[in-house]
Amino acid sequence: MPILAVALAIATGAIIIAFSGSSPVDAYKALIDGSLSDSKSIGRTLEKATPLVMGGLAVAFAFKAGLFNIGGQGQLVFGALIAGAVGYGITGLPWIIHTPLALLAGAVAGALWGAIPGILKASRGAHEVITTIMLNFVALNMTDWLASKVWREEGVIVRTPHIEESAEIPRWGEIPTGFLLAVVIAFVCWYLLRSTTFGFEIKSVGLNPNAAHYAGISVKKIVILTMAISGLLAALGGAIETQGVVGRYEPGFNAGLGFEGITIALLARTHPLAVIPAAILIGAMEAGGSMMQFKADVSPEITDIIQALILIFVATPIIVRWFLSQKEANELSVSTTWGSS
Amino acid sequence: MSVKESKSIQQVLFSKRWWILTALILVIFTLWTAEFQEANTTAVLAGTLRHSTPLVLGAMCGLLCERSGVINIGIEGQMLMSAWGGFMIASTSGSLLLGVFAGIVIGMMMGAVLAGISVGLRGDQIIAGTVINIAAIGITSFFFSLGRTLPSGKTQVIKLGPLADIPVAGRVLFSNKPITFLTLLLIPTLWFLLFRTKWGLRTRAVGEHPSAAETVGVSVIGMRYFNVMMGGGVAGLAGAYLSLEAVGSFERGMTNGKGFVALAVMIFGRWNPVGAWGAALLFGYASAVQTQFQFRDWLTNDPQFIGIIPFVVTIVVLAGFVGRARPPASIGQPYSRE
Repeated sequence: MPILAVALAIATGAIIIAFSGSSPVDAYKALIDGSLSDSKSIGRTLEKATPLVMGGLAVAFAFKAGLFNIGGQGQLVFGALIAGAVGYGITGLPWIIHTPLALLAGAVAGALWGAIPGILKASRGAHEVITTIMLNFVALNMTDWLASKVWREEGVIVRTPHIEESAEIPRWGEIPTGFLLAVVIAFVCWYLLRSTTFGFEIKSVGLNPNAAHYAGISVKKIVILTMAISGLLAALGGAIETQGVVGRYEPGFNAGLGFEGITIALLARTHPLAVIPAAILIGAMEAGGSMMQFKADVSPEITDIIQALILIFVATPIIVRWFLSQKEANELSVSTTWGSS
Repeated sequence: MSVKESKSIQQVLFSKRWWILTALILVIFTLWTAEFQEANTTAVLAGTLRHSTPLVLGAMCGLLCERSGVINIGIEGQMLMSAWGGFMIASTSGSLLLGVFAGIVIGMMMGAVLAGISVGLRGDQIIAGTVINIAAIGITSFFFSLGRTLPSGKTQVIKLGPLADIPVAGRVLFSNKPITFLTLLLIPTLWFLLFRTKWGLRTRAVGEHPSAAETVGVSVIGMRYFNVMMGGGVAGLAGAYLSLEAVGSFERGMTNGKGFVALAVMIFGRWNPVGAWGAALLFGYASAVQTQFQFRDWLTNDPQFIGIIPFVVTIVVLAGFVGRARPPASIGQPYSRE
């Protein structure tokens, strides 16, 4: 079913490309050329997919508890910045300690930042969709300030110094090691949700908070913990990006990634393992986007439109059901009233 | 019910003492920042009104939808699409009026998309709104060509005759641009429509108890479609305000979170247009003082701290007040006739 949504989106995207005066065949050929044609481009696709896996996991994980985390962007930049700061600020450590330490620091920063909307929801009933979006803006400003005032590299460009070699995540041939790490984390999430008591509690709260409450589950605790873990996952994506790809934090780092996490989580129907292929698909679009502009003269923003279309087709199961005429309506629901906790 | 509700909003939820205290603090603070000079005071107050206009329009979009039971998280995207569409039409046709009109129509079309997904297809309303937000970013950046300008410039200030010459109040209230005036008219109009007309009663009935409304012959689906599209039109006006009245050009992501702040404004204003105006003025004031800060060279070395003020205020308002505000009862639930 998600495959059909992708096919519909790509077909609609072709119509838009044709409308804007380019050849859809050339455009998609260039897209594949830039993302899947040889080992180098596949490596780049996986590199792009890494933070997307983490962003998708962050959204999917929160979804299981009935929470909609749109704050992936803010959590990601915090993770990226803190990992960058630990990566350059601490020197003289062997890589076996330094690399995980920087990752952990970024993850903890994201978990704390992610816990804020959880606490606001649990204690005050503030809807997480609005608080996470507002916190995105706050996070972008705060990381900007930290990068330009506190941890700034000397020079004209606002950015943090390059991280120590001991904090860098190496590549494994053409395959970025960070991607393998993300895959492992996806499996951990899957196991956690499927086979542990904690995972059961999260899903109970997501299905029916009242029933969960009467069954003796502390709904508030689950809400806060789930948001913290969701923030941790997104931040880890940022930390991996800093340590494995960029090497430092720069303002404007990966702007918009938080929204892609939503597309990926919905495309994967919030299944932690299905997040991986979904992220590779979107990662391929990102990796091939510039080639599309170079070869077919199509603005790379077309991939944003295709992503939005995928989202539309996934979010409305009835459209797809109409095409398939089968009742596979695994409908997603996150709407609760503003005042509910 | 209508009279009772509008009364209770003023009496119970917002005690008058609270309002008077806030107003007093703001007046003193305004005079202090303005160093008791007329020009500065006028600047702060005019800035407040200017910043509050898109917020109150967005909030009215939100409350039109929510009063009939549909959460609209896509106000941001609707505003962005209209800001872009209004600007493109105005810059190609050369007519600002046509641009504003196009902005409203595009907003209504976006409203129709939201209603189509969430009312017609009974998809999740929050996801439907998020889809609009993401699609708006993609579409506006894809179809936006840099370097376009408005041949006729942005909308011009209209002065209401001698009223505009009154010190402070005249410059703030009676000397504004057309969409600002339109907004000031729209607020009491919408209040009247919601609380004093048959349409308003039906809207609120559909939002509170749709099956009861259906029993007495009100079309729930029809009302929701209509209201969400009207709300989209109002959000479209807010978008046109941004590109054609406030800035005079289109920039990528120019809504900059205003659609979400508008949701907080709506909640703070208790789903009431007049209340939303009060809340929007408070937020507008926070932004206007920011500008004054920059003007006076305070905190200019750390602009990021000033930049976060409206967002922090939104979070505080949401956390502090939403627990005590009661949204329309059927909000968020798709309706299907059994």
